[in-house]
Amino acid sequence: MKIILTTTSPSIDSDVDSRFGRGAYFIVVDPDTLDWQAHPNPGMSAPGGAGTLAAQFVGNQKAEAALSGDFGPHAFAALQAAAVSMYVYGDCRTAREAVERFKAGSLERVGVATRGECEGEHHGPA
Amino acid sequence: MIIAVASGKGGTGKTTVATSLALSLAAELTPEPLFLDCDVEAPNAHLFLQPAFDQRQEVSILIPSVDEAICTHCGKCAEVCQYHAIAVLGTKTLVFPQLCHGCGSCTALCPEWAISEIPKVIGVLERGVTPEGIPFGRGLMNIGEPMAVPIIRQLKKWAVPRPQQVVIMDAPPGTSCPVVESMRGADFVLLVTEPTPFGLHDLRLAVQVAHDLDVPVGVIINRDCSDDARVDVFCVDADIPILMRVPFERSIAEGIARGQTLIEIHPEYAERLRVMFAEIVERAL
Repeated sequence: MKIILTTTSPSIDSDVDSRFGRGAYFIVVDPDTLDWQAHPNPGMSAPGGAGTLAAQFVGNQKAEAALSGDFGPHAFAALQAAAVSMYVYGDCRTAREAVERFKAGSLERVGVATRGECEGEHHGPA
Repeated sequence: MIIAVASGKGGTGKTTVATSLALSLAAELTPEPLFLDCDVEAPNAHLFLQPAFDQRQEVSILIPSVDEAICTHCGKCAEVCQYHAIAVLGTKTLVFPQLCHGCGSCTALCPEWAISEIPKVIGVLERGVTPEGIPFGRGLMNIGEPMAVPIIRQLKKWAVPRPQQVVIMDAPPGTSCPVVESMRGADFVLLVTEPTPFGLHDLRLAVQVAHDLDVPVGVIINRDCSDDARVDVFCVDADIPILMRVPFERSIAEGIARGQTLIEIHPEYAERLRVMFAEIVERAL
């Protein structure tokens, strides 16, 4: 099984990043062995559509669950289509702690987007 | 001669300047200048110029529609979409219409021809003439839509100036794509600022946009009152002409709050604006 988490630096001992689409890194973890791998989040510096881009990355990783602080409506719809279950960090501080809580079944699973759309216009280079 | 009135910072007086500039020129020029309100997210120039709108046209962009029966979920569309408006997840291809810019890349590059395009209305264009004979056009973005650029682009195509006709464009605030689209093709960018740290900060950004588009700029300092000379210093250092100063006066604020234009409040500004226009023409050519 593979789960994926948003973190602020490329390590399982990193602090969690509460943003999904704009999080700095993704850590892909096998919760049983705690083997992990870090990837920069392609959505972090996207001019727009960060949530869908990040969700596409998670979908391509074939992760079964995504852990983050926050899932916007586009990311939520995309992850739901990919059958990725979504969990929110609550007061978890590090990625390692979040994985432990996920294994213990004590993270809250989300069934709806946790916020509305981002404000403003998202334009890439025209 | 196309003049885009822009600012960077919002609320500095773009519409105040643009509407009175148009009125002062209309009194002397034939044909009267064409006025375009490009602030399609919150157009307000009509409140001052009061055109009678008599023409209307919807603005649409083309959004992809995926035929799931044909789609092989190869992911090409998601890969080519710069705006991440289409995602392929397992056996589903999802379109996010609010992120789509209608560029057509996914449709053109789908190897299975599984994508067709359907128009989505995002706003409306309106056109009419003011009591002074100024042809007036504006765009109005639908509530909830995020993309102003296609509306501004269509407005510029729809309300085309006649030969020798001056165009005054009231640009949106900020320095993002809608402002770029408004300035693009202008002969001169008139930047309205105020002598505050925010005014200066955003003026610098707006000047950069105009420079990147290779359009000459001039500055109007509105609400000129403070001892803060940093806008002046910036303009001198950057070799940008300060074309006019409008003092910070309660009478102007009160008049505008009543829906009056600057030249109704202080008629002497009509001549000052015409003199400024002559200087703009000289600098732009």
